[in-house]
Amino acid sequence: MTGIGLGHYLTVAAILFTLGLFGIFVNRKNVIVILMSIELMLLAVNINLVAFSAHSNDVTGQIFAMFVLTVAAAEAAIGLAILVVYHRNRGSIEVEDINMMKG
Amino acid sequence: MILQTLAFYLFAFVAVASGVMVIVARNPVHSVLFLILAFFNSAGLFVLIGAEFLAMLLVVVYVGAVAVLFLFVVMMLDIDFIRLREGFMRYLPVGAMIGLVLLAELAVVVGGHFVAPEFGGFVSAGPVTADATNTEAIGLLIYTDYVFIFQAAGLVLLVAMVGAIVLTARRREGVKRQKVSDQNARRPEESVEVVKVPTGSGV
Repeated sequence: MTGIGLGHYLTVAAILFTLGLFGIFVNRKNVIVILMSIELMLLAVNINLVAFSAHSNDVTGQIFAMFVLTVAAAEAAIGLAILVVYHRNRGSIEVEDINMMKG
Repeated sequence: MILQTLAFYLFAFVAVASGVMVIVARNPVHSVLFLILAFFNSAGLFVLIGAEFLAMLLVVVYVGAVAVLFLFVVMMLDIDFIRLREGFMRYLPVGAMIGLVLLAELAVVVGGHFVAPEFGGFVSAGPVTADATNTEAIGLLIYTDYVFIFQAAGLVLLVAMVGAIVLTARRREGVKRQKVSDQNARRPEESVEVVKVPTGSGV
């Protein structure tokens, strides 16, 4: 095994993405851990983008990774704000209690 | 080369291990701290691949802002975290199944790079042009070709900020607070009264 190639990075990203998905399914009650799992998945996406960017010798992938980072930050801020408001109104953050908006 | 390989495996192992700990840690504060560790190690991976700017951005944005935001919220909310763990074992089988299916699919995709190694390996890990650093290369692209997307990203952040403030700001009843406009609207004639007091008697 000489040198680290694209496959190694893709493997790490795949494992991290799967961990994020697994975390969403396992922690069905805790919204905070679900948000953290989403962050893990976005991190995996970023690793993929950067790996391909280095592989094809093109910086565009890194710029897209930057935009993914922006969206992830915005999503975390909004998600946590909703979480705080919800906890203030209902006194709980269990996902199963979040059913006020059943359509 | 051997040092790079060792560093890659170290960073990758710690990142994946801390990713596992994010999910299974009993205390959400520990989850957040392991998330920070995962981000740091991913930044290390980025440095290895030649994306230094993004690595520093990851540390600043994720560790400095997002993870600290998580930490604030976890510590601010008074939540019974033991009760939130109850469904863990119940949801473990279905979660493991879906995770394994996804991992198998990703393994098929990624495995192709090991089967056909001529596509693997980086052409050159580093800047596009030889005389520009990674940061310079990104700056040259982001302020020319992608300037509108860049502005749109700024707008997304602005909207997120306004949204978060609007969602969480509240007027509490029964709290005495300073009203600057009322203070400025007061005139001397309505707030000062001149009383002639005769000598030897009260008002």
